[in-house]
Amino acid sequence: MTRDAIAFTGLGHAYRRDEWIFRGYHGRLAKGRIMAVLGPNGCGKTTLLRLLLGIAAPTEGQVTIEGKAAFVPQLFQVGFDYSVLDMVLMGRAAKVALLAQPSRRDEEAALAALDRVGMADFASRPFHHLSGGQRQMVIFARALVSAPEIMILDEPSSALDLRNQAVILERMAMLAHHDGLSVLFTTHHPHHALSVADDVLLMLRPDHAVSGPVADILTEDNLRQLYGVPLKLLGFEHEGRPHRTLAPVLTPEVILERGRS
Amino acid sequence: MSISSSSLARLAVPLLSLSLLLAMLMSLRIGTYPVPTLTVARVVLAWLLPAGMAPASDWSEAEWVAVTIIRLPRVLLVCLAGAGLGLAGAALQGMMRNPLVGPDIVGISAGAAFGGILAILLDFSGPAMLAAAFAGGMVALALAWTLSRLGRGGGVLPLVLGGIIVAAFFTALNGLLQYVADPDSKLPAMVYWLIGSFAAASIDKLVLVAPPIVLAGGLLLALRWRVNLLSLGELDAASLGIRVERLRWLIIALVAMIVAAQVSASGMVGWVGLVVPHFTRMLVGPDHRRLLPASALFGALFLLMMDDVARTLASQELPIGVLTAVVGTPVFAFLYWRLQARGWNND
Repeated sequence: MTRDAIAFTGLGHAYRRDEWIFRGYHGRLAKGRIMAVLGPNGCGKTTLLRLLLGIAAPTEGQVTIEGKAAFVPQLFQVGFDYSVLDMVLMGRAAKVALLAQPSRRDEEAALAALDRVGMADFASRPFHHLSGGQRQMVIFARALVSAPEIMILDEPSSALDLRNQAVILERMAMLAHHDGLSVLFTTHHPHHALSVADDVLLMLRPDHAVSGPVADILTEDNLRQLYGVPLKLLGFEHEGRPHRTLAPVLTPEVILERGRS
Repeated sequence: MSISSSSLARLAVPLLSLSLLLAMLMSLRIGTYPVPTLTVARVVLAWLLPAGMAPASDWSEAEWVAVTIIRLPRVLLVCLAGAGLGLAGAALQGMMRNPLVGPDIVGISAGAAFGGILAILLDFSGPAMLAAAFAGGMVALALAWTLSRLGRGGGVLPLVLGGIIVAAFFTALNGLLQYVADPDSKLPAMVYWLIGSFAAASIDKLVLVAPPIVLAGGLLLALRWRVNLLSLGELDAASLGIRVERLRWLIIALVAMIVAAQVSASGMVGWVGLVVPHFTRMLVGPDHRRLLPASALFGALFLLMMDDVARTLASQELPIGVLTAVVGTPVFAFLYWRLQARGWNND
C-alpha cells in the first residue's frame, strides 16, 4: 500500500461557535500523486489548505502530513516592488537562521529554481512588472526553492489565460510524475482535475465531502450537485488518442431558461 | 532596470556613511564658539586614541571643552537617536505594509512622554527621569499588546488600533499632568521637554541611552531580511515557515526599546521615523536588507542636520521636535506624491 503524504480525518473548522465552514471531512493524498480539490466559491477551500499546511489549527479533527510542504498562494499583490530574485529567495526562509541573511548558496538555489520554471532571465526584473502567468511561475519557483516533498497550490490557474493554464498544468504533472512530489491543488475548473489529477476531493456540502480516484468521483451527477449547473463528460479522439473533458451545459437557451426561472 | 539594482543603491550605504562622518565633523565645528575643522579632527583623535598615539595638544582648553564635553556627547546622542528612529520606522513600515506608519504608532512615544513629564512633576532627575520615560514607553507597549489580543483574528489592524487608543489615553494623561503642574516651576520644563531638544545632552545621558538603542538597533539590523518576509502579508509569510505573530512582536518590542530610549533622552521628536524610510527607499529600493542600514544612516544624518539648524539658526536654541515637524511634513507630502510609482506598489 502506498504511504500517504497528507491524510485528514474528521476535519472541521468554525470561525465562531457552531458556525462551521465545513465539518467531518476525510481525505488522503498518496505519495507521488496529484489531488484536485473542487468546491463552489466560499466553501472553505483556502481554509482547508491552511489547515493542511498547519498555518491554522482545526477546530476538530486531525491532519497528518509526512514530508516538507510548500505553498503556492493565489495570485497576489506585493506591497513593495521586490525583484524576482528577491521574491524567490524568500522561499528559503525556513533554511535561514532567524538573525542571519540569505547566503550566496541560497541565491544560487533561487536562481536554479527560476531556471527550472524558465524564468532565469527575469531574475533582476521587478516582480510587479510581470504578467499574471509570469508571476505565478515566480511563486512556483519560490515554492520549489525550499526543496519540498509536497506542493500545495491554491487556485494556481485562476486569472490566467488558456496558454498559461496549460503551462501550470504541465508543471504540476512534471512535479508529480517526473520529480516524485505529491501535489494538491484547488481549482474552479473541473476539466483541470480531469487533465492532471489522479484523485479528487469534492466539497459538496459543509458537512459532506467525497474523495477518491478521478474516474469514480468526477461524475456528471456529483458535479451537478457541486455547482448546480449541468455538466457533460465528453469523450473524443484527438491525434489518434482518446481524450475526456468536461463541459458545462450553458448554451444560450439554457442560460435564458435559468435566468427566467 | 529597477532602482534597487542600480549603482546608486549599491553606493548608498558607503556614501551615506561618508556624509555622516563629514556632518559629524562639521557639527563639532559649529556653535557659539567655532573651532577650526583641523583642530576638531585632532581633538577627536586625541579623545579616541590612547595617550601615546594621540596628536600633540596644540588646542586651547576652551576648544577641548567645546568639542569633547559640550558637542561630542550631543552629536553622538543625536546620531544614535536619528539612526534608531530611521531604523525603527523602516522596519515598522515594511512589517505593517503601511507607508503611514511611524515608530510612535503603538503609543510608545506618548507613553514615554507621560513617564518623562511625570518625572518632572515628581522632581526626578537624571537616570530616574530616563527610567521613568523608558518605563512609560514599555507600559504603553504592554497596553497596546493587551488591547490587540482582545481583537479577533490577530493581524496588524488590531495592533494599530490598540496603539491609537493607548496614544490617545496617554496624550490625555499628559494634558492632565500639565494642567496640575505648577505653571511657574514645572510647566515650562514639561512643555520644553515635550517639544523635544538635545540641549541637555551629556556623556551620562549617552551612557544610559546607548545600550538599549545599540542593542535593539543591532537586532533589528540582523532581522532585516525577515522584514521582507513579513511584508508579504500574514498568510504568505506563515506559509513560508515564519512564526509571524512572534516575529512581529519581537520587532515591535525592539522598536519600543529604541523609541522609549530616544524619548527619555530628548523628548518627543516626530516625523524622522516616518519621512526618513520613504526618502531612503527612493535611494536604495524596497529590499529591507539594504533599506534598514541605509535608513539608520540617513536618519542619523537628517537629525544631525536638524539639530545643527536648531542650535545655530537663532540666538536662542529652537526645539528640534518643532523643526523636524516643520521640515518633515512638506517633505513627506512631496515624497508620498513622488513615491506612488516607486517603492510602494499600487497596482
